Amino acid sequence: MKLLFEKHKEGRRGFSYEKSDVPEAKALDKKYLRKNDAHLASLSELEVVRHYSCLSRLNYSVDTNFYPLGSCTMKYNPKFTERIAALEGFTDLHPLLPQLSGGGMLAQGSLEVLYESDRLLSEITGMKGFTMQPLAGAHGELTGVMLIAAYHKAQGARRKYILVPDSSHGTNPASAAIAGYEVIVIPTLPDGNMDLVEYKKKLTSDVAAVMLTCPDTLGLFNPRIKEITDMAHAVGALMYYDGANLNAMLGKCRPGDIGFDVVHLNLHKTFATPHGGGGPGAGPVGVSERLLEFLPISLVIRRADGTFALDYHRHKSIGYIAPFYGNFGVILKAYAYILRLGREGLIAASEAAVLNANYVRVKLKEYYDLPFDKICMHECVFSASRQAKSGVHAIDIAKYLIDKGYHPPTIYFPLIVKESIMIEPTETESKETLDEFIDVMIEIARLAKENPSAVTQAPLHMPIKRLDETKAAREPNLRWQSQ
Amino acid sequence: MSYVPHTKDDIQVMLKAIGLSSVDELFRDIPASLRPKSFNVPAGSSEFDVTQRLKKLSVKNATGLVNFVGAGFYDHFIPAAVDAIVNRPEFYTAYTPYQPECSQGWLQAIYEYQTIICELTGLDVSNASLYDGGTALYEAAMMAVRATGRNKIVMDSGINLIYRTMLYTYTSNLSVEFVEIPVVHGQSSREELYKHLDDKTAAVILQNPNFFGAVDDHSDIVERVHKVGALAIASVYPVSLGMLKSPGEMGFDIATGEGQSLGIPLSFGGPYLGFMAAKKELVRQMPGRIVGATVDKDGKRGFVLTLQTREQHIRREKATSNICSNEALCALRAAVFVALLGKDGLKELALRNYDKAEFAKSELSRIKGVEVKRSSPTFNEFTIMLPRHADDVVYKMIDKGFACGFPLGRFYKGMDNYLLVAVTEKKTREDIRRLADSLEAVLG
Repeated sequence: MKLLFEKHKEGRRGFSYEKSDVPEAKALDKKYLRKNDAHLASLSELEVVRHYSCLSRLNYSVDTNFYPLGSCTMKYNPKFTERIAALEGFTDLHPLLPQLSGGGMLAQGSLEVLYESDRLLSEITGMKGFTMQPLAGAHGELTGVMLIAAYHKAQGARRKYILVPDSSHGTNPASAAIAGYEVIVIPTLPDGNMDLVEYKKKLTSDVAAVMLTCPDTLGLFNPRIKEITDMAHAVGALMYYDGANLNAMLGKCRPGDIGFDVVHLNLHKTFATPHGGGGPGAGPVGVSERLLEFLPISLVIRRADGTFALDYHRHKSIGYIAPFYGNFGVILKAYAYILRLGREGLIAASEAAVLNANYVRVKLKEYYDLPFDKICMHECVFSASRQAKSGVHAIDIAKYLIDKGYHPPTIYFPLIVKESIMIEPTETESKETLDEFIDVMIEIARLAKENPSAVTQAPLHMPIKRLDETKAAREPNLRWQSQ
Repeated sequence: MSYVPHTKDDIQVMLKAIGLSSVDELFRDIPASLRPKSFNVPAGSSEFDVTQRLKKLSVKNATGLVNFVGAGFYDHFIPAAVDAIVNRPEFYTAYTPYQPECSQGWLQAIYEYQTIICELTGLDVSNASLYDGGTALYEAAMMAVRATGRNKIVMDSGINLIYRTMLYTYTSNLSVEFVEIPVVHGQSSREELYKHLDDKTAAVILQNPNFFGAVDDHSDIVERVHKVGALAIASVYPVSLGMLKSPGEMGFDIATGEGQSLGIPLSFGGPYLGFMAAKKELVRQMPGRIVGATVDKDGKRGFVLTLQTREQHIRREKATSNICSNEALCALRAAVFVALLGKDGLKELALRNYDKAEFAKSELSRIKGVEVKRSSPTFNEFTIMLPRHADDVVYKMIDKGFACGFPLGRFYKGMDNYLLVAVTEKKTREDIRRLADSLEAVLG
């Protein structure tokens, strides 16, 4: 498709501000003004709308395609939350309003949403309190690690290391490193669980925290998880819970009860806010009692008279991690979702998510290697090693699925499984959708044996074929330029 | 309600396929001792009830005030077409375009967004977005630390205090040293700033227009910064770039900013849009996703996430940043907003803001006891000095239906009587006149 800029016509307008009702002011001195106009496209409103409407149709999305992207929890995003988030009372509120003298009363609705979200998430996870500020999951991780650092500092200790398993999300070690820690990686045993011997060896009094997902990135619940948290606590280290996989265990198990001290949640995963093509998300962070005093500034509190206010007098706080109160528009949708589902709905969601993943697991295990053949939680991880022998790799399977109208599962993650295919169906997909997907996966397994090139050529029915990614990286073309 | 489509029969058939007899057995790996101590979430409600409940909350927010508060976050008009486009589920229910063949719409839209950001800032390369203006500034500072191997950051105190505070938070466990330069007569003090330029300086950060709304040409500073081998970082307000000299034209190496003003609602502080552009030699130090153009097997143009060896999912603890999800949908808003306005529209918008603010200055300056600070030219926001504590005036103006500005005493010592007033294109001549009349009455 042509780019916006290739559709430009000088003098055309898509929007104009009409006549001004104030006099034209004396122009600024030239030295303050741009010499070169930005080269922006000029199109009519219809042209812009058509351009983007046509672009949108080139995407697979949850509303149009099954999207079993492991670890991303691409569940259905209920439409009513969009309507709520578009209410002007929420969208038009300036974030500094409650910081004006007397302004707190002008934002009571939004402050209540934040306060109640904090309370609900605390109960759901078994934590003492949340900051709603982190703007995405990884941002929550960074916040969480900074909270851990503040805690140890207050104990008079400067601990040096953070432990992560080799199956962890890349964001875990990256967040730890960016916050100033050195990362130690703990290997995974053939049964899919963390190597506890190696863990014990590395778990010294210089370890600040251990970062884990639970269930882990293989989709497995480690029955010895409590031992892991107890061992960490015994040496004074804190436990960090990466909430990417919380959708597996709502009402079944709470990170707070297992002994986690810091938890981040991905509201865009578990709590059904749309992924937006890569964001915005929201990554609230919950903590245990001993970390409450370090939470970022500000926090919403409830006064004795039932009104809500912002608390800035937090002397031990790590400070400001976001300009305001978080991705409010996202938090609002998650809040509405939790109210809608309620206790039973949340539990039912996790149950169906786990049921769906196991259904896919048993239906496909005859056709694909299943490195960890046991009951999984919300996702199952296969390996395409068998197919790779005939030249059909995980990437080829992904591309063939695209041709068949499926967004592929996550591939090549977790890194510890060769040719990994990580399938997370989520709870909102029907048995019929799963059956059709399973049939296509079986067809691919058959083709891998009988006619591998039918798979390795894919996709053939999309607007483009496979792209030259090497060229993209070696000769970066990152913006349009006029000829 | 849980949006689960299964019938009872479906569940039985699926359990049977798995070889289990109950859903509970699926959770048998969770020991009894780890079952929730409580799970006191209220029972679910109907769509109607939840909607009513939240509608009631929404009207508890006072959005009926005529708003002159800006301070980095501005009340601009959003054309309906922006909402119509970002509300297309093919955009908002997709995720990061890892699989290019089924994500060309998103990838092309981001490539176009990157181009727009490069054009606005006058720089070579842009990423696909960051969380907000503050985290973008922090990422820029760390880019400079990595690129120069130095650790001193000199920053102007005309940078939004919220952002400065965020920088301190993020670097509190790192060996990064900050020096803050005072603002003199509304502008960066060259004299003070130059004292701190040396071979330890990684970067100098400036904001234009600065927090007080003052416009500057930083070309002279940037030249001196480069002489000591440091990088110059600009934090900018994108709407102002419809008329103001771009960071690229001033020689800056990196430009970041808050993109909220480009078609994104105020929404009580988020979601917003951090943007970042840089000179091309810094591209491998950039954080976040980047989209590039390439060709497919048949030589047809296509777009793909590229230069991923910078990123956490490949490099893990050695990545340039930990960012994964960004603010794609907000970036799309910004791109559509700019696409609708086009070159002429953006210029018109910037000029309209400027004209309205100048008109407001003249209206407010006729009030006895109010002094409009005119030591520097401004864009759409300016400082006035009141005869008494600004907090008190703001409080009384709320009763009159105005959020009349941001009291600077909240962020700056000794500025209790100062008020920062923002005037966007949405404010009519009538709004501005009424603001002046009401302020006069309150002060009278």
